[in-house]
Amino acid sequence: MELRSKVPSGPIDQKWTKHKFDMKLVNPANKRKYHVIVVGSGLAGASASATLAELGYHVSCFTYHDSPRRAHSIAAQGGINAAKNYQGDGDSIFRLFYDTVKGGDFRAREANVYRLAEVSNEIIDQCVAQGIPFAREYGGLLDNRSFGGAQVSRTFYARGQTGQQLLLGAYQALMKEVHKGQVKLYNQCEMLDVILVDGQARGIVTRHLVTGKIEVHLADAVALGTGGYSNAFYLSTNAMYCNVTAAWRAYRRGAGFANPCYTQIHPTCIPVAGDYQSKLTLMSESLRNDGRIWVSRQVDDDRAAGDIPEDERDYYLERMYPAFGNLVPRDLASRRAKDMCDQGKGVGSTKLGVYLDFEDAIQRLGADVIEARYGNLFEMYERITGEDPYKVPMRIYPAPHYTMGGLWVDYNLMTTVPGLYAIGEANFSDHGANRLGASALMQGVADGYFVLPYTIADYLAQAKLDPVAEDNAEVRGTLDEVESRIGRLLALDGNRTINSFHKELGRIVWDNCGMGRNATGLKDALEKIPALRQEFWENAKVVGDGESINQTLERAGRVADFLELAEVMCLDALVREESCGGHFRDEHQTPEGEAMRDDENFTHVTVWEYAGADTAPREHREPLEFENVPPTQRSYK
Amino acid sequence: MKLKLHVWRQAGPSVKGQFVTYETDASEHMSFLEMLDVVNEDLEERGVDPIAFDSDCREGICGTCGMVINGRPHGPWKRTTVCQLHMREYGDGDEIWIEPWRADGFPVQKDLFVDRSAFDRIVAAGGYISVRTGSAPDANAIPVVQVYAEKSMDAASCIGCGACVAACPNASAMLFTSAKAAHLNLLPQGQPERYGRVLDMILTMEAESFGTCTNHGACENACPKEIKIDVIALLNRDYMKALLKAG
Repeated sequence: MELRSKVPSGPIDQKWTKHKFDMKLVNPANKRKYHVIVVGSGLAGASASATLAELGYHVSCFTYHDSPRRAHSIAAQGGINAAKNYQGDGDSIFRLFYDTVKGGDFRAREANVYRLAEVSNEIIDQCVAQGIPFAREYGGLLDNRSFGGAQVSRTFYARGQTGQQLLLGAYQALMKEVHKGQVKLYNQCEMLDVILVDGQARGIVTRHLVTGKIEVHLADAVALGTGGYSNAFYLSTNAMYCNVTAAWRAYRRGAGFANPCYTQIHPTCIPVAGDYQSKLTLMSESLRNDGRIWVSRQVDDDRAAGDIPEDERDYYLERMYPAFGNLVPRDLASRRAKDMCDQGKGVGSTKLGVYLDFEDAIQRLGADVIEARYGNLFEMYERITGEDPYKVPMRIYPAPHYTMGGLWVDYNLMTTVPGLYAIGEANFSDHGANRLGASALMQGVADGYFVLPYTIADYLAQAKLDPVAEDNAEVRGTLDEVESRIGRLLALDGNRTINSFHKELGRIVWDNCGMGRNATGLKDALEKIPALRQEFWENAKVVGDGESINQTLERAGRVADFLELAEVMCLDALVREESCGGHFRDEHQTPEGEAMRDDENFTHVTVWEYAGADTAPREHREPLEFENVPPTQRSYK
Repeated sequence: MKLKLHVWRQAGPSVKGQFVTYETDASEHMSFLEMLDVVNEDLEERGVDPIAFDSDCREGICGTCGMVINGRPHGPWKRTTVCQLHMREYGDGDEIWIEPWRADGFPVQKDLFVDRSAFDRIVAAGGYISVRTGSAPDANAIPVVQVYAEKSMDAASCIGCGACVAACPNASAMLFTSAKAAHLNLLPQGQPERYGRVLDMILTMEAESFGTCTNHGACENACPKEIKIDVIALLNRDYMKALLKAG
């Protein structure tokens, strides 16, 4: 597997401009001769579909939801970053770039991050023109808030529903092109494999979730905007349907999978309540702007929050990180919460939680201001827990939330398979080992609106793309494999439900490859996961048939893929003998318990190549160079 | 708590459905859908086809879930989708009737699943501002009066779940259509296409099998995002103006 990053030469602030000029173009009249498949209709998928269609390409867009508007981008709450410097507080493209590289703990590709920061401003322009109702000041201009990992106010937001509004903007742009006939939309249609012909990605195999029909769709290129894999943990803030299948099937067809151990545990989620729990709910990080995080100074303190006097409270983030306080990056906030609970200072009935307290903010600003800022979040919290956060502090605990790892892509967002692209959370590109808040939306729309639509032309203009018929042997072969896999899943008639396997897998991954990892635990997981996978294929049970809606069958296919991915996650975590960002190895920490990177040996991307069903994957490395932001130990003190 | 559930089971779009009764033991801390998950887990263990119901984010924002509980879309709680409804609402011995959205515009696909793609077609008819990627002016070049930005946001918070249609005695999609129109028509960016948008969206809404609005207001009452029927008045006004302009 060859890893050519294709990063353009020249100064960092001119790379993208130069690259746009150097890339081959497809002339407007020729664009209509090309057909691009986009899988996924989230921020990246919908914005890419809409923009490619506007440019004149024929696009087919696939979603397993009943409408493209349901994609999980919709759940992002807090906001989207951009280097507009509308607050005049010293922000710039370079500062956003700098913060993102540093926030990612020096494990991201500089050139990609710079481009992201560069197009961030165009994103806001585009979104406002589309009618996204961002928050505004009384003068009518755009308002901003600040977010973890930054000392400037650069986050644009639409109440606590920024993801929803951005997604609806992209969805509407997509539907505009559907209406024109430039995009063909396939609802309730799940991609189960990618079709390679002569080594190029030329289509996908899908299963219609209502009719069960398995079909081939052919095209000149395929882009996957299929999101992340946090549901490998079973309990995460991801939506119920989120899964790794599309990316995993691409991996099995030869696309390298990069840094699978880089997963983000979000510090502010509602703690687990019971065994039946189906998912975890995120409380936006923006709450840390006004909420103060604390625990009791005493171990096993059973007093109610209100009965603990001020001088017996430990505002531990403010104490340990005076410069950033409650706004330290997510990985630090999560780990310190875990430390407090490990020390026996956790709150709530399970003792797995810390307080996020708004009492001071309410006194300072008034309940009405707090309500205007976070009203919907407070209400959601109360609905779930039955407690009123205006009166008692919220209880929060970290939960899996986002995956920085994903399909390896070059500067053009192409995977190691020619003609196969990965956009948004599905790729590994911009966040290194830790993503900053309000940067996921930024990357999703950057890839979809402003990067892929240009870089794909460079491929289409130069690739030799012979016509492919549906009876082509490689196409038939892939279709047959999908059909036989569905047959195998439907034939599963053991004693355990699919969900029970998913839960068990999630526990293994959470315990051994979660907030803290060590060689012993990872090795243990690497024995348990293959055994569980074997049991799955021998003892799982799938009820129902393949000819109508069968959610058990859908889940079975997804869980089977998680059972494979989880092993590579743990393997990746094991070989990365350092701590960086979301990847914290217990063996590698400073005396104060901070992550200790090993720049000499690990300043690289680890990329895994599939080598067969029961063979260990091959490890490859893409070296990273830092010419503009010299690596330092991250300090938020 | 012990509960008796009467759940609508229907194998496919063209098959006759019926209520089937299940008994379950639930905890007050569960969400309503987690209670159904437990019922399904039990059915699967016994080799019985589980109850098909759609849900995704379980945070009340994606609009995927939706069912009529004891006659009320999304159940008894205000401002709440069914995924956020929790079992502390119920008590030991309660009986609960669970049905899909009932509307010609939303044909049942299986059990509690309905096809809501008609909403997509209404949006495709004009629920957008046509702006080519990369052609936008600087974001602060378009100031928006804050009050209008807020009103626009109120309307834009629609999640497209379809509870308004399910609640309406006429199965009208007026609240959904009006909310989208209001979101865009209240903003300066939405003005150039305002009247064309209204005509095209209403035409499409009528072509899908939705009924007409007779101002019952049941939609506003059922809406988990509390979108007000004021948006319907705004749409009606714009529609009249649009007809006059179209001459």
